[in-house]
Amino acid sequence: MQKLRIIKDRVAQGTMFSLTILSILLVAIIAIGLYLKSAPVLDDKSLWTLLFSSEWRPMKGEFGFLPFIMGTIWVTILAILFSLPISLLTAVYLTEYSKPIVRKFVFPALDILAALPSVVYGVWGVLVIVPWISQHLAPLFVDFSTGYTALAAGIVLGVMVIPLMVSLFVEVFTTVPVELRQASLALGATRWQTAIRVVFRKTLPGIIASVVLAVSRAMGETIAVLMVCGCVIHIPESVLDACYPIPALIANNYGEMLSMPFYESALMFAALILFVVVLIFNLLSRIILYRLEKTEK
Amino acid sequence: MNIAHKKKLKESVAKLFMWTAILIFFGIVASVLWTIFSKGCKAMSWDMVTQLPGGGFYIGKEGGFLNAIVGSLYIVGASTLLGLLISIPVVFFLNVYLKKHSKLAYVSRLAFDVLFGVPSIVYGAFGFTIMIYFGLRASLLGGIIVITLLIIPIFIRTMDEATRNFPRDILEASFALGATRWETLKVVLRQIAPGIATATLLSIGRAIGDAASVMFTAGYTDSIPTSLSQPAATLPLAVFFQLSSPIPEVVDRAYAAALVLTIIVLILSITGRFITNKFSKNKV
Repeated sequence: MQKLRIIKDRVAQGTMFSLTILSILLVAIIAIGLYLKSAPVLDDKSLWTLLFSSEWRPMKGEFGFLPFIMGTIWVTILAILFSLPISLLTAVYLTEYSKPIVRKFVFPALDILAALPSVVYGVWGVLVIVPWISQHLAPLFVDFSTGYTALAAGIVLGVMVIPLMVSLFVEVFTTVPVELRQASLALGATRWQTAIRVVFRKTLPGIIASVVLAVSRAMGETIAVLMVCGCVIHIPESVLDACYPIPALIANNYGEMLSMPFYESALMFAALILFVVVLIFNLLSRIILYRLEKTEK
Repeated sequence: MNIAHKKKLKESVAKLFMWTAILIFFGIVASVLWTIFSKGCKAMSWDMVTQLPGGGFYIGKEGGFLNAIVGSLYIVGASTLLGLLISIPVVFFLNVYLKKHSKLAYVSRLAFDVLFGVPSIVYGAFGFTIMIYFGLRASLLGGIIVITLLIIPIFIRTMDEATRNFPRDILEASFALGATRWETLKVVLRQIAPGIATATLLSIGRAIGDAASVMFTAGYTDSIPTSLSQPAATLPLAVFFQLSSPIPEVVDRAYAAALVLTIIVLILSITGRFITNKFSKNKV
């Protein structure tokens, strides 16, 4: 009886240990899987040509990812420009001023934004943002725009990362001890001065890490962007140009890729780029955030 | 102007900006919900959610998107079960078997956070290569596998957060009574039950709304799948495909499907918050 219990415990330990290791290894398995699949195109072309050529002719076997990389960068930067001020100010208000009535409404609203699927944001973008750009904003600058632009994708993405950013910022700001704030306030600083000179300074690495996490989230977002970005293969020259980010490329071309040599491999390479960048960004920012959490305790 | 005045002025300007930010934020939330509800309610009908697509569905003839609703439920149901089966042991291992500051626990938390950040399109692409490797076509099984992979990190990280603050004393009390670590599972499970429930709701919400990962792995079909090897339609893809149609009746269906999806997700999210608020009070 005693032995049985101990054996049970050991078996459970073994199973749990292997499950844990297996799930950790998933990171490596994904990387290896994507690398093996993209090996053919990597053998055929140099990494430099793949990343920095803008010749995209799958029929002729030319795969230059520059337009898609630039599309991703544009959209991501726009999204961050849009969401950072709103998220930062909201988070400061929530943690530094924290009127209970505001918290009571903002947090559930954040939950809702975070929970909505990306396709719903896509629908919203198509119905609200795209017409607004084509009818009101674009006529001020250019003759004609369909509204399916980098700007539309940026705004939709920005909205999508707001809940993530605000909750990360709130978490980061609450690591600052109350005593520090009280000391600053006691010296006669206003709440805003305290926020800027004490809280921001103390949590700057955390703020940067949170933004990097939001960037990596924005880069990988697929469906919503695909619905509003316009999908024209070129390097966008203004925010009112259509663009074609990497995730949209993968999603759009999956069906037809099997018939052409190297095409599947090239798309897998696109997924690999995305994976590697997101992996690096995530690793760095998470390590910074963990450190911050530790110093708090 | 003296310094004190300047300070006050700055404070007021900052406050004004913050209020503007919060107003914009609420404006966005209202705009998204209003768009989906007003468009969706107009397009909604009983047939939409109870009928399969009929003949000529895609040129605006009758039928509904029951196929997508059922397909989504199949995939989400199965992958949530699988996800729970895999992640509860992992969370338990991290928190009970490992020491508080173990290296392995640190590395695994980091790994799951990273996995949580991997875009769903990458999961989709990766899942697709695996399916090809095993000779599978786009099918219900493929969708279930990929969605399971997608939600495991969410499960683990959310449950882990709930378990981490779990008082060590309870563990020690259980050990002192002679229980093995495996037997202590019962005690821990009871304590973190609200955490598990919240994590489950969160994962379901993420699983049901994700389109990019099921796009290649589950495929799309007009009928309800009867076996694991058949393709399955999903709600987000129903929205996505029908929205691009030039025929207004079909686009209306996309709005209705988006409404169904939104309502499901809202219910999940509100229940999740309710559980967290209600049960975290009576925890030891």
